This record gives sequence, structure tokens and C-alpha cells, in this order.
Amino acid sequence: MERARALLAKPWIWSFVGAFIVWAATVAFTGGHGGGGMITAALALAVFMVIVGIGQMFVITLGPGNIDLSLPANIGLASAVAMKVMDGSDSMLAIGLMAALASGFAVGTANYLLIRALRIPPIIATLSAAFIIQSIDISYGRGLQIKPPPGFADFANLRYFGIPVLAILGIVLAIAAAIALNRTVYGRSVLAIGQNMRAAKLAGVKVHRTSFITYALCGTLGGLDGALLAAYFRGANVDIGNEYLLASIAVVVIGGTSVAGGKANVPGVWGAALFLVLLLTMLNTFGFSVGVRLVLTGLIIVGVITAAGGPRTER
Amino acid sequence: MPALPPANAANYSARETARRTRLLRVLLPALSLALVLLAIAWLNPRAISYFGFSLMLNLAIPIALATIAQMFVITGNELDLSIGTFVGFVGCVTATWLRDAPLLGIAVLLGSIAVYALLGALIYLRNLPSIVVTLGMSFVWQGLAILVLPKPGGKAPDWLMAITGFKPPFVPFPIIAALLIAAVVHFGLMRTSYGAVLRGSGGNPAAIGRAGWSLLRTKMVLFGMAGVFGVLSGMTLIGITTSADANIGNGYTLLAIAGVILGGGEFMGGRVSPVGAVIGALTLALAASPLLTFMRVPPDWQVAANGAILIIVLAARVLISRREA
Amino acid sequence: MVDARTILVKLEGVEKHFGAVRALDGVDLNIFAGECVGLVGHNGAGKSTLMNILTGTLATGAGTISISGSVEDRYSVSRALALGIRCVFQELSLCPNLSVAENTRINHPSLKGIGWQRKAAALIAQKLDEIFPGHSIDPSDIVGDLSIGRRQMVEVARAFTVTDAPLDLVILDEPTSSLDSHTAGQLLDFVRRFVGSGKSCILISHLLGEVLGNADRIVVMRDGKVVAADRAAVFDRDKLVTSMGGAAAREKVAAEAAKGTREIGPICVKARPARQRDDMQLVARSGEIIGLAGLAGNGQTDLLLAIFEAAGGSRSGIEVTAPLALVAGDRQSDGIFPQWSIARNIGIRSIERMVRGMLISSRREAELASRWQERIKIRTPDMNNNILSLSGGNQQKALFARALGSDARIILMDDPMRGVDIGTKLDVYDLIREEADSGRTFLWYTTETEELDNCDHVYVFHGGRIVANLSRDELTEEKVIQSSFDEAV
Repeated sequence: MERARALLAKPWIWSFVGAFIVWAATVAFTGGHGGGGMITAALALAVFMVIVGIGQMFVITLGPGNIDLSLPANIGLASAVAMKVMDGSDSMLAIGLMAALASGFAVGTANYLLIRALRIPPIIATLSAAFIIQSIDISYGRGLQIKPPPGFADFANLRYFGIPVLAILGIVLAIAAAIALNRTVYGRSVLAIGQNMRAAKLAGVKVHRTSFITYALCGTLGGLDGALLAAYFRGANVDIGNEYLLASIAVVVIGGTSVAGGKANVPGVWGAALFLVLLLTMLNTFGFSVGVRLVLTGLIIVGVITAAGGPRTER
Repeated sequence: MPALPPANAANYSARETARRTRLLRVLLPALSLALVLLAIAWLNPRAISYFGFSLMLNLAIPIALATIAQMFVITGNELDLSIGTFVGFVGCVTATWLRDAPLLGIAVLLGSIAVYALLGALIYLRNLPSIVVTLGMSFVWQGLAILVLPKPGGKAPDWLMAITGFKPPFVPFPIIAALLIAAVVHFGLMRTSYGAVLRGSGGNPAAIGRAGWSLLRTKMVLFGMAGVFGVLSGMTLIGITTSADANIGNGYTLLAIAGVILGGGEFMGGRVSPVGAVIGALTLALAASPLLTFMRVPPDWQVAANGAILIIVLAARVLISRREA
Repeated sequence: MVDARTILVKLEGVEKHFGAVRALDGVDLNIFAGECVGLVGHNGAGKSTLMNILTGTLATGAGTISISGSVEDRYSVSRALALGIRCVFQELSLCPNLSVAENTRINHPSLKGIGWQRKAAALIAQKLDEIFPGHSIDPSDIVGDLSIGRRQMVEVARAFTVTDAPLDLVILDEPTSSLDSHTAGQLLDFVRRFVGSGKSCILISHLLGEVLGNADRIVVMRDGKVVAADRAAVFDRDKLVTSMGGAAAREKVAAEAAKGTREIGPICVKARPARQRDDMQLVARSGEIIGLAGLAGNGQTDLLLAIFEAAGGSRSGIEVTAPLALVAGDRQSDGIFPQWSIARNIGIRSIERMVRGMLISSRREAELASRWQERIKIRTPDMNNNILSLSGGNQQKALFARALGSDARIILMDDPMRGVDIGTKLDVYDLIREEADSGRTFLWYTTETEELDNCDHVYVFHGGRIVANLSRDELTEEKVIQSSFDEAV
């Protein structure tokens, strides 16, 4: 009983509860058909949100104003880079993956340099960067019809006992992120900066280095996501990352990470990603049109953030 | 009168420097616009004509209106990431209901302005990050637009097309409209007594609250005004394009933010300039496509050019501020 | 005699708590019409909280407020304004993005309609001329462009402008902190004229001479209570200091400090303020406790921050030869991490030393926390509790533990005893002396003159520059104040 209560006090539990309710509602609607398959599919799709969500989580945790709007363009470019370097051959798989990660890292570094050197607010810096990356991607990836190497595509779609390998990777990544957040100097620095940048600086936290690592990390994770997406959907395209801007922010916020910074929540990212994916599945299953699906998604995000926000306080 | 101690003299010159710096920053948007115009004149002298401006600035008016909408939100230290899809939604309503059932259309548009004001209230009362709330709302507006107009089409009301197609003598309509918008908003926000309170709510909200003003009301007014100008933007856009598409406004969110910043506005502190915002929007409208086309920049790179323009202007601004420091 | 006059404001049994912190503990206070009340007390005695309650910014926890004889049940900001109560707050409440005239309009809802800008400009210009003749402020100046002193002049003048709302009481919270002596004198003269016309004024100031010379009556606060209230003539400086508390403590400190015969080591900090024109500079040797004195906001914090930054990289005019740590005075904005436990708040400065392998060792973190809980006497059942569960004094102790528990050899202290009770102070003074004996260096900026007794010598600041270097023997409050006004020293 005690333990159950402690569990309920964790902010991330609600995203899993929400995911379960949505799943149950869908299964009830279909009369019990396809419940297991739905989870398998959701796990695989949720991973792509989790990967960028974790990157965005570190960025948002840096404090008010910090956000990476360049993720969709970054994902699109990295997917094109990965496919072009791999060129359909399994022997180039590792090099192609490294190239995608390098592309993401470069985007993150560029973001940081704009923010630091030109003192541009992160929202505009990453936005301007996104414009430029998008053009590079359009020009670089024009008419790109390269399929991923068969080994890579198979890997991305591989599953054991109904659990996609990607999902296992995603869970390993989440555990690593949670440890990094709470038990490393880097993670502590991010949390300190997010709570109070001035106090963090005065307490000897290396503010600039930490935010550089954070933007670079987010960019690199975007690069990884791009490569995996191209493998999963068997091909790259410019728009492949488009839905991950809102998704990356939404999973962070719904998952219980504070938008004001300084408080992050890794398990919540997974719960929120499952919730969002299952929600879309449910709306699809119910036969709602695109319009209704969009409206409901938007309203649910606004509703969750409203429920998570507190009323104004005296001090 | 006592003689000024030396410290005062130093203060004087510091204030003069601050003033000069601010003047430079105010002039920066106008300089950027002049630069873009000069480039166009040099590349294609024929474009500098009544007809050329009418054509090149055709879409500048909806962009300017959307920029003004964003500027109101930024005045209160918030950001609206949904203004683009909102413009699209208004466009869809304009091309369907406003033509077929004017009363319903008007009611829906007024209602959407009320929704904007209520969002302001929600953001204030629950202390929410406007970025996330408006990001969620961008989905809502997009979904509603698709529901209103599932396939591209519809038709603008005739009276609207008559207004946007107006051809005054000598000066092209978009220029007149831009001057009018700048003048009206400048008067409302910079000259009226409540405008000072609105800007103050971005400069030092605690002080405004302590002086007895309702911060809930200022936030609602600022968001409500964003709704009003968003509606105007969507309507003029449809008047010009004559038909609608649910995605027609999507690019406006970023253009509007960029326009405010190009026009000398700042994200925090209630420092905005309506005249600058309109100039910023015109600059973007000219730079976004006519200039780049004249420069033979391939369409692939036009988006990048917009990003680069933003970065260059912001970098110039940082250089000016550094000189001050 | 005094009681025959009309009572304007009557506070009875006012209480206010912030979490575990008891800011006001049953305050009774009367303000009569036509008097200037001086309000004194150490930082954290409750003066600012009391004024926030009087202006309606904070709601009372308990007690009653009566204005002009009627009890106010629903007291609020707008109610206070309507009753003619205004305040010049310590932190400026001007909008930096607006002009002087527009800022005046913010306080006067009636300034509207056609020509409001002209009216507002005339109103504020006339008041500025009246209070500060010879000022050179134009109503169209943007406030953000003005120097801090001019902003304070605008702020003060604005509080005295009258349109349709009445004006009976103006609270001046440290109104002269950013003014030079000439303009400060102009302001105090005006306050006397204002009071002479039958209005009232509350003057809060750290400069006891300013209060003794201008107030009709003086109220002394300590630990959230009014401990003395009488005619100004009854008080002198010593009596005020005694009632503010800490006199006995002061003797103890002086005795302890005097008997120390500390080993002084090699020079470890040399720093010249950026605005220093002569060759005076701050020099600290290891094992020394150095005071930074002078009126608040005269460059002491700036120099500490410059020294702090110089440790991370080079900076002209500053040399630092050992690792350093800073103890913030403004806990909320510069010190604590509100989401974290006490232990984590203490550990943050030392995380790099606690890493084992790749990860921070939880055991080492807990050890550091419990060692310092004992040494500095942090009163809590569990160091894993949130930092906000502590009282203000104990929060400050955690910040001291953060700095002293680190590898730093030089400790910078930015007026760290703001709002701290006397018990905490004595605990920390002892600890600082112990640490100095073991060779640590302390650079200690304080606004409380008696704390300077702990220091080996003291640099006095004025206008961003060092104007005097006093040894402990030459140290008196008069000397510090005199040096800080006397630029020729």
C-alpha cells in the first residue's frame, strides 16, 4: 500500500496510466482484437519520439527560453546523409550511421555557436538554423530514392517475442539518460543551470560547457533518429522529421519535465511517447478524420499542460 | 543652480550614447529595407514601378498583419507559435462560411478572437509556458481548418476581393495599407494611455501589478489583439489569393516572429515597435521571394536565405549593442 | 501630547509567515498624521515585509489594519492607493522600456484621454523640479537609459505626484541608497517640508544618522517584532544599535577577534576595481579576513564578481592564485537551488571531487552533507529534505557549508548575513575565524558595520572605487561613513 502510494506520487506514472487507458479504450472498441500487435507497433513508433524527446528534455531542462526547434530539419538531413553514405550497402552501415551522428552533432554545435557567439535567443537561433538546414537538405537530398541497406532495414524492424529491438535500444538509452542526469557532473550541472543559472555560475558550475554539450547531444540524438527513421520507413525524405518538433516537446512536457527548467523526468518521456502514439492509434481506430485527430491532439496537449501547471503563487 | 559635479557630466554622455545606440537600432530595420530595395533596383530596375511594387508586395499585407499579431503577444513577453495555422483557419472560414453564410462566418471569427483572449487568461492564471500552449493550439487551428475546408478551394467574398484589389492612383495599394497599419497600431500601442500600460506589463509586470492594474486584463487584451490582427491577416490573404487551403498560413508563424525581431523588437521587456514590425514584414516579403528570384537564387535555397537574413540582422544588432558596452 | 494627533494608520498584531520563516510576529504600529517615522532594524528584521503589507502587496497572516480609524477587511494594492498610501520600493518599480512620463501615467489611472502625455510630463517635471532642483531629467527620457541614481530620483518624485487620488503617507524604503550626498540632502529637506504640511512619511534607512536627523519618531524592529518606539530625541546612535540587537554579540566578536594571532601567509588575491583611477588596490593574503565596506551598491559586489570570474580566466587588474568559492547574500536569486535537497545544495560546488569512476558517489555526497550539518549546526531532521524546508538562517548556513566544504582556499562573501538571525551569525563568525586560522582567506562584503569587527582590515568603497583602507584599530562606523562620502581620501 505504501509502495503503491509512493508510485502514484511520481509525476511520470500518469503518462503510463494515460497510455494504458487509451490502449484499453481502443481494445474495447475493437472487441479485444489486435491488442498485442498494437503494443508492438506503438513501442516501435514511440522509440523515435523517445530518442528526440530525451535530447529535447536536456535542452528544456537548461531553463526558460531553451528549446531546439531545428530537430525536424536535423532529422531530415541526417536521414538523407545516412542513406547517401550507406548507399544501400551493408558494409557501409557503420560509417553511414557515424555520418548521420556527425551531421546531427554539427547541427547542435551550430545552434550553440549561434546562441553563444551571436547571443541570439535559442528559439530564434535554432529556427534560423532550421531554415538553413532545410535548404541544405532539399538541395542535398533532391530526388533521393536510395533504400537503406537491407541489413539496416531488417534491424530496424527486428523483434523478439513481439518486442522490437529498437524499443530495447530506446529503453537502454533512457536508462543511460536517467543515470547521466542524476549521477554525473554533467547532469547535475544541467539541473542546476535550469533551476537558477546565476546561482549555478556562482556555485562553480561550468555553464557554457554544459549548454554546449546539451545542444550538441540533442543534435546528435536528432541525427540518430534520422538514420533510424530512414531505416524503419525504408528511405529518407525531407519531411520525415516534421512531426517530431511538436512530438519532442509534447513528450517532455506530458512526461512531467518542468518547462521552467531544472526538473527533468526520463521515464515520463517513455510514458508520454506511448500515450501519444496510442492516442493517434485510437483516434485512427475510432475512424476520426484527420481534422478531428489534429484538434483532439492539440486539445489534449493544452489540457495536460494546464493540469500540470500550478496557479499563480504569492511569491 | 548648483554646478554639476563631474560624475553628472559622465552620466550625461552615457545617456547620449544610449540614445544614439537606440536610434541606430531603430534605424536598422529601415536600413535593411532600403538595402533590399536598392538591390532589387540594381538587379531589375523595371521592378521599381507602380506595377512592380503592386506585384512584389502583393502578399506583404497579410504578412505585416500577422507580424503585428505576433508583436502584441511578444509585448507581454510571450510567444505565439500558432499564428500561422490560425491565419490558415481564418482563411478557410473566409473562403467558405463568410461567403455563404456571412452571419455564421462573422460569429465564428469573433468567437476565435475570444478564444485568443481566453488563451491569454489561461496562460496568465495557470502560469503556463505560452510556447507549449500555442504549439498545442496550432494543431487545433489546423485541424479545424481541415474540417472547415477538407480540400483546397472555396472562394473569397466579392466585397473582400474588391477591397484587396483596390488600385489607388500613384501609390500602390500595399504601400498605402502598410502605412495605414503602421500608423493605427503605433497610435494604439505607443500613444494611448492604456498602450503604455500594455507595454509596461512586458517591461516590469510586478510594477504594473503594484500600481493597481490587472495583469490578467493586459494579458487578455494583448492576446485578443493578436486574434484581431490574425483574423485580418487571414481575410486579406484570402482576398488576394481568392481561394483557400488549410495549410495556406503555415509559414506565417516563423515569418511573423522574424518580422518582429527584424523590426527591432525584443523577446523580453516589452520593447517592440509597430512601425519597425511592419517594415520588418515588408523586408521579409521582398527578400523572401522577389529579391532572391532576381538574384537567381534557386528555390531550394530561398528558405536558407531567409534564415541567413535573420542571423545577419541579429548579428548586426549584437555588434551595435557591444559598441555601446 | 503625541496621542492627541490623528492616527492615520494603526496596525495591530500583524503576523506573516513564509513557510518555516516567521517574517512578522505580532507587530503593533501607529502612524500619526504629520510625522516622519524612522523605521530601523537589521536586514531580515521584517521591515520590508511590514511595508509590503501596508501597501497591500502581501496579505496579512493575522492581525488588523485600520486606516483613518476604520478597519480594512479586504485590504489590497488598489485599496491602499485609494486611501493615499504610496511606497518607494527598494527594488525599483519603474518600467525600463517606458519613458519617465509614461511611467508616471502607470501610477495615475486618471491620466488618460487627449493630451495625457503632456499632462503626465508636466506633472513629473514639476515634482522633480520641486524635490531635486537642478536635476537634468527630461520626461521623455527612457528610464532604461538613465543612471541608477536618476531612476531613483524619478521613482521618488513619482511617489509624490498627485492627481485625483489622495496622498497621505509615503513610505521611503532606503530612498538615498543610490543618491549622492547632494541629492540625498535635497530629498530629506523635501521630506521635512512634506511632513510639515500635515502629511506622513515612513523613512527606512540603514544610515542611522539620516534617521536620527530627520525622523520625529523612531520605531525599531528585530526578529519580526517592534522592540522599541519612541520620540527621536530619546534615541542616540548607541541606543539604536543596542535596541536593534547584537550589542552583546559585538563585544564578544571584538574580544574574540582581538585575541587572535593568526599566521598570515603569502598574497593570494590582488584586485583593482575597473573604475579605480589611482593605484589603490585590494590585496589579500592567505589567512586574512578582509572586509569590503561602504554604502550598499558602491561596487563591492561588482569587485567580488570580477574576482570570481578572474579565477576562471584572466582579467586585467585582478590576480587570483588559489581556487575560490562564493557565498551569496541574495539566497533566492544567487544561492539556493529550490528543487534540491539540502545535501545536494551543499554538494554542488564539490561534485567534481565526488566522482568515482564515471558517477557521483552518493556515499561521499551524504558524508559531506552530514559532516557540515554537524560543523555548522544546520537544524533539520534529514539532510535529504528539500532546502526550502529550512528557515532563512539555516538556508544561509547550507550556502556557507557549500563554500567551506569545497576545495576553495579563498571564500568570497557577498553580504551573506542578510536576513539572518543573531544565533546563526555567531555560529558562522566562529567558524570563519577557525577556517581563517587554518589558512583560508575571506573577502567579506557586509552592509552591517559591526560585522567588520571580524575583519583584519577593511576597504571602504564609494562610486565603484576603493577610497580607504582601514586597519581594525582605526575602524569605527563614523570613519567608514565619512570615508565613503569623502572621495578625496
